[in-house]
Parts: sequence; structure tokens; C-alpha cells
Amino acid sequence: MLATLAIASLVRHRTRTVLAILGVAVSAAMLLDMVMLSSGMRESFRGLLLSQGFQLRLSPRGTLPFDTEATIRGADSLLAVIRARPAVVAASPVLGGQLHFPTSGAAVTASALGVEPAVQGDYELVAGRQPTAPNEIVANDATFRAIGHSLGDTVRAAAGYDPQLRTYSGERTLRLVGRVRFIYLALDQRAVALPITTLRAMNGPASTDRISLAMVKLRPGADVERERAALHALLPQVTVTSTAQALEQVDQRLSYFRQLAVILGSVSLVVGFLLVTTLVTVSVNERIGEIAVMRAIGVRRWRIVGQILLESSALMLIAAPLGLALGLVTARWLDSILSRFPGLPERIDFFLFQPRAAWTALGLLVVSGILAGVYPSWRSASLPIAVTLRQEAVG
Amino acid sequence: MTGKAIVEVRDLVREYRMGEERVPALRGVTFTVDQGEYAAIVGPSGCGKSTLLNLLGVIDRPTSGTVSIAGERVDQLDDARATEFRLRRIGFVFQRFYLLQALTARENVELPLAEAGMAGAERRARALELLDYVGLGRRERHRPSQLSGGEQQRVAIARALANRPALLLADEPTGELDARTGAEMIALFERLNRDGTTVVVVTHDEDLARAAKRVIHMRDGTIVDDVRVDPADRRVEPAGLAPEPHER
Repeated sequence: MLATLAIASLVRHRTRTVLAILGVAVSAAMLLDMVMLSSGMRESFRGLLLSQGFQLRLSPRGTLPFDTEATIRGADSLLAVIRARPAVVAASPVLGGQLHFPTSGAAVTASALGVEPAVQGDYELVAGRQPTAPNEIVANDATFRAIGHSLGDTVRAAAGYDPQLRTYSGERTLRLVGRVRFIYLALDQRAVALPITTLRAMNGPASTDRISLAMVKLRPGADVERERAALHALLPQVTVTSTAQALEQVDQRLSYFRQLAVILGSVSLVVGFLLVTTLVTVSVNERIGEIAVMRAIGVRRWRIVGQILLESSALMLIAAPLGLALGLVTARWLDSILSRFPGLPERIDFFLFQPRAAWTALGLLVVSGILAGVYPSWRSASLPIAVTLRQEAVG
Repeated sequence: MTGKAIVEVRDLVREYRMGEERVPALRGVTFTVDQGEYAAIVGPSGCGKSTLLNLLGVIDRPTSGTVSIAGERVDQLDDARATEFRLRRIGFVFQRFYLLQALTARENVELPLAEAGMAGAERRARALELLDYVGLGRRERHRPSQLSGGEQQRVAIARALANRPALLLADEPTGELDARTGAEMIALFERLNRDGTTVVVVTHDEDLARAAKRVIHMRDGTIVDDVRVDPADRRVEPAGLAPEPHER
């Protein structure tokens, strides 16, 4: 019966209720977006780091992977030490560099990754096959477009280019055998991958027995932190970073994003709260006489409070799904804008939908809806009955 | 007075604060109402009759004095106990009916029954029984806006009777009704009283007052006259009141 009264109260002023629901829905959408933003980039980065199953990354001492152009010398012995560890399933060496492709106009430059194709974790094959032979190479769409070649074509590539003399060094003829998508690179960033031995040979003696990074995959159930510490002790010339540590670094770098998200999320929650409080207060003020009569005939105070809280909660519960839908649409739109930021990996999302985020937003909304009704409901249920009825009779 | 006292009021004072000033609405009222009585409280506007009714209905607290209803002191009950007392022992009928517009006639009658914890089927049966009693058995699904003023007041009476109260209080129950509907309402109150309900009405309506077995006249917050009406020989005899403090 109280539910009937609560619904009737909302239906009595349809326009006002609809406007309030829309207002709360916008606030809910903003809240969801901010909850998604506060954890989305981190979770997205985490997914990215773990997508190929590598839990440890070894980079030159004091650096983060690909943070500098520094390389690790003695790569072969280093890899032998790593691969000898019982917990290690695979170790994937990566040598970073650049390749230049002479075209009819200016040379096209692309980031180049020297890898061991059998264990690499830097790209996903979209078409074709892995570059298993020394003269084979794979490239992403941006590179294919820039150099104007197709899968199966043969191209000239050079490791060095002097723009003043317009001369190339370390030239090779390579065959494009695969179209790939690089996991850690931006969508529009030109990039290629080829066997590490080929890239070393093209670079010349400077990169002999060198790598920029090694990624390590451990057996299922292996203690990652323990293995990280063991490798760190065995290989003092490198910094061993676990995914958890990398995420800590990401957290530090993204802290302002989270702060912004928390502030904007709180603001939207407060706006929704005030909106519902205002609506419930207005609605309750219109029914002061009705409430006094209910009290006079013996309806308990907490029951009236419950009825009004039901109204505010119902508002929130109706608005929440609308807000969540709106939030997902706006998140996708905002994500598409922010993802165009130069240099960001293609797979990084600013707004990552997680059921937990949605439940968090929904929970916050419902709690704030209930709280929004507490003051007006308690106030109305506590008014002196006789005085209120007299005022109603006079009014 | 032949029956057991349902209402016992002693030295009742109610003052309202108007800024620094204290305005007395009741100045020491003492009277009793016996079980099965039908009493009308009459007097000019502002004489304190509605204030007295509110105190009898436990929706207000006196400044001093005592009120006992059905043997229980009710003048100092806390909110929860006062609410419980109103629910189970008092029936209220208001001038403006005050039905809940969102509910049907039957649901309005069911409200105090639901609050008292009566189960659904039993509650519906009791509500229909009461609506039948007030002559609205076929209007159970109508909402207040679909009922005439007289019909709404009948629903309000059915609601007031829902939990079989010890005392039915009515504040100007014919005040919003035309003469014909008012006469029907007077007849209904007479019938209620014949059927054993103790009734106290506050009214300006002379016809309603005449229908009562006892008429209490108030002026300036005091009872100035209290007469029993003998319908057999229409003889008016004193009600045997204890003298008011200011009259001593």
C-alpha cells in the first residue's frame, strides 16, 4: 500500500518526475563515466601488459621498457640465464630501432622491432605469416599505406639514412610476408618487425649481441615477484619489472586522471543528490496535510519515512539504467576522441566498461537516493500533527 | 452517567506560544464521557473545542492537566506509544475528509488495518464490511475524486471505525456538506452511537448537536454548560459535571 502511495506520488506530477529522472540520469551517466575513467586506463593497460602472457620485462638498468634508446649488451648470455630458470616458459628478446624505406619521394621511416618470431609478444598477425626467414618482414597498415606496397611484395629497407647526403646504410631487400597489428604501438604509428638477427645485421656492429628489452613468460602458478627478485639478483645489469610494478608506474603517471575523475564523479553525485532532495522536498511539502492525516490515524513515523525513501529510491532506480546507457554511449564517444591522442597504444581505452564500475555507480546512486529522501521524509513525519492539520484546514 | 468512563479529563490547560506571549486555548477543563455516550462540543470559533478534540485524539499534548482514554493516561505518551494508541483506540473524522487521493475507497479503509498488522484477505473483508455499513459497498473501487463529499465522509468514517476504536472523534464532520448530505451524516452518527460507538463531535452544526445525547458548550477555553438531552421527553437536564476550576 505504501508502494502504491509512493508510485502515485511520482505519477501525480509526471512532467516534474520525468525531468528529475532525466536530470539524475545525466548525473548518473557522468558518474559512470568518471568511475570508468578512474580505473579504465589502468585496467586497460593491465590487460595490454598481460595480453600475451608475459609477466616480467627486463630493460637496461634504471630504465623502463622502451623509455630510452639504451640497450642491454651480452644479450645471448642473458637470455641463456633466463631460459635456464625452471619457472620460465619463454623469453622473448626485442631490439628496437628504425627502418627507412626509399620511395619515389622522401624516405618512409618506421619503427622496427627485431624479434624472435616464434616467441614474440609485440604484435598480432592479421594476414600472412610470421617472418621466419632472414629476409622476411611484417608491417602494420600504416606502413603498408606509407610505402605503397602490398603483402608479398619485396621492398628495399635500410637501417640508417643520412638526410643531408641522402644515402642509406645497412640496406637489405626484404619480403613483406605479414600484415600485423602492434600491441603496444599507436594505430597510426608506422612499424615493422623482422627477425632480430636481421635487424642486428642491418644495424651493424653497434647492435651485435644487444637487445632493448626481454619479455619473460612464467609457468602458470609461478610466484612472479619471487622470480623477479631472483632475476634481479642474477642479472644486475638490467632492471626487472613485473606487471604489478609496471602498473604502479602507470598509476603514478595517471594519478591526475584519477583525481580528476574522483572530483567530477563526486560533483555529479552531489548534483544528483541535490536534485532528488529538491524534488522530494517539494513533493513532501505538497503532501504535508496528507502525511499529518496518516500520522493522526496511526500510521507510524518510520512507515512514512519509508514511503518517501521509496519514492526517492524509485527515482534513482528508474534513472540509473538510463544513466548507465547514456554513460556508455558518452564514454565510447569520449574514448574515440581521447584515443586519437598521439603515441597512445591502439588498445588503450580511457573508459573501460567493467561490471564492477557499473555496480559501483549504481550502488552510489541508490545510496545517495536513499540519503536524499532522509531529511525531507523525517522532517515531514516529525511535524506536529495538530498544528499541521489546522494550517492545512486554514490553507 | 451510567456507564464506565471512556474519557476522563482533569484540569486540562493548553497554551500556545506567540512570540513571547502565551495564549491560552484551554483554561482548565474537566469532564468525563461515558462509554456509549454521544457528546457534541459546541461553541464559537476560537473557544478551544478543536484544541480539546486534538488532546482527546492524542495528536497534541496539554500544557498541564491529565487526559485518560479507556483507562490509560495519554497526555504524556511518547510519539511511538501515542501513534500506537491512536491506531488502536481512536477513530478520527475530519471536516475535509482527508482521504488519500491515490488510494481507492477500500484501500483508504484498509490503511489503518494494514498498519495494525491485519493480513490481506481479512483486511479486505473488514474494509468491505465497513463500507457496506456506511452504505458504500458498491463504491469500493472508486477513488476519492470519483466520490461526492458525503460519500467521501462516509469512507472517512469507515476508516475511523476500522480498528474498532474505543472512541470516535469528529471535527466538524458536516462542515463541508450540503444540508441534505449533512442530515444523512447526522443519521449515520446516530446509528453508529446506537450500535455502541462512543462519539464525541465538535461542531457548529445545530442539527448535529441536537442529535447528540449530550451537548457541551465552550467559551474562551472553558466549559460553560454541559447538558444531557433526553430524546424521550426532550427534557434537558444538567450533566453532573465537576465544577470548572475558574467557576469555583
